[in-house]
Amino acid sequence: MRKETPSQTVGPFYSIGLTRRGMNVMATESTQGERIRIEGQVLDGDGQPVPDAMVEIWQANAYGRYNHPDDKQEKPLDQTFTGWGRSGTDKDCFYRFETIKPGPVPGPDDSVQAPHCNVAVFARGMLVHAFTRIYFSDEQANDADPVLASIKNKKRRRTLIANREEEDGRAVYRFDIRLQGENETVFFDM
Amino acid sequence: MDIKVYNPRDWKSHPPYRFAGYGSSIKRGPLKRLVPIKQTLSEITGPLFSDIKLEPEETDLTRNADTGKEAMGERIIVVGKVMDEDERPIPNTLIEIWQANAAGRYHHPVDQHNAPLDPNFTGAGRCVTNEQGDYRFLTIKPGAYPWLNHTNAWRPAHIHLSLFGPSFVTRLVTQFFFPGDPLIPLDPIFNSVPTKSGRQRLMASYAHDVTEPEYALGYRFDIVLRGRKATPFEEQR
Repeated sequence: MRKETPSQTVGPFYSIGLTRRGMNVMATESTQGERIRIEGQVLDGDGQPVPDAMVEIWQANAYGRYNHPDDKQEKPLDQTFTGWGRSGTDKDCFYRFETIKPGPVPGPDDSVQAPHCNVAVFARGMLVHAFTRIYFSDEQANDADPVLASIKNKKRRRTLIANREEEDGRAVYRFDIRLQGENETVFFDM
Repeated sequence: MDIKVYNPRDWKSHPPYRFAGYGSSIKRGPLKRLVPIKQTLSEITGPLFSDIKLEPEETDLTRNADTGKEAMGERIIVVGKVMDEDERPIPNTLIEIWQANAAGRYHHPVDQHNAPLDPNFTGAGRCVTNEQGDYRFLTIKPGAYPWLNHTNAWRPAHIHLSLFGPSFVTRLVTQFFFPGDPLIPLDPIFNSVPTKSGRQRLMASYAHDVTEPEYALGYRFDIVLRGRKATPFEEQR
């Protein structure tokens, strides 16, 4: 039995090795599903936007299937969609993803999880990345989602809901990640 | 649906979110307790990059700046094995690395350290582990560099690595250090790892069997990602 290699920060210069052009564009013209943009800022304990944060997301396709061999559901795979994206923060300290709305996926005990993206947050100053999730404000299924329900403080559940806005007829979801503070985002141990 | 879950994160192996010696961690680490969740299909799957097409020169940082010329500095060969906690090799997994040049300067606009940039060195590399979980890079030994964490603060020479493993929960970003570097015991980022054995796991070792005569010194750095529980749970009741 070996022990895990310890985590370390990505530091301020992660873009050299990690963020390449197009990594935050996850959907092509032919990807199935509703095209959406997800964007937001990562905020520190003073409420200041973090200029050197990086966000990665992993999501199911529009049918609710992950592009991974351990997802053995009979739902269709979409060959144009891996479900993974990475975004650094730009000069305005925003991250953004061009993707599609994921479908619902199975949860524990025959439950169904509401559509969501799985999120890993990195930054200079973060010695370990933090896991969270993005849910969508226009999804009724949020009310029955087992992971949201497992957050005992109901007010905190709201920190995981991205707010839907329309911009030039396209859906844009705003999702800020608060590393600390009154409305600190729920982060998971998983 | 039956799913095979991964071992929990071994928090004794990792730094805390906030570490007093590392100033910028104080306002950027979560303060509230993490919410524990059962692993679902969302956690046990993750990006595999099976379609990724890498160029051969991506593993050779001494010549991958697209200038046709070789980078300055001491050539080194870095090898290692990526495995899980049960020492099972992790094949076909993407490794991304980045580092400062031989003078301790990053090819990045934010790095204002008054040390020369090397036009023949970008400091970025990528590779995919082979069937045995092994990886290999040829690069330049990075230099130490100053930072503003405290008075006369210097980072020891290090190379950053990013790995995915087979699932979303196996993700790891880390960095390794070189044996004998006197700056290591002074480095708060290294010292943020809570145990001596954990800190030891961030050290590369000199590997004479990897060293190539009259060409480059060899170093070995193995990487251990979270393993998988042996028994499949039926949705872990």
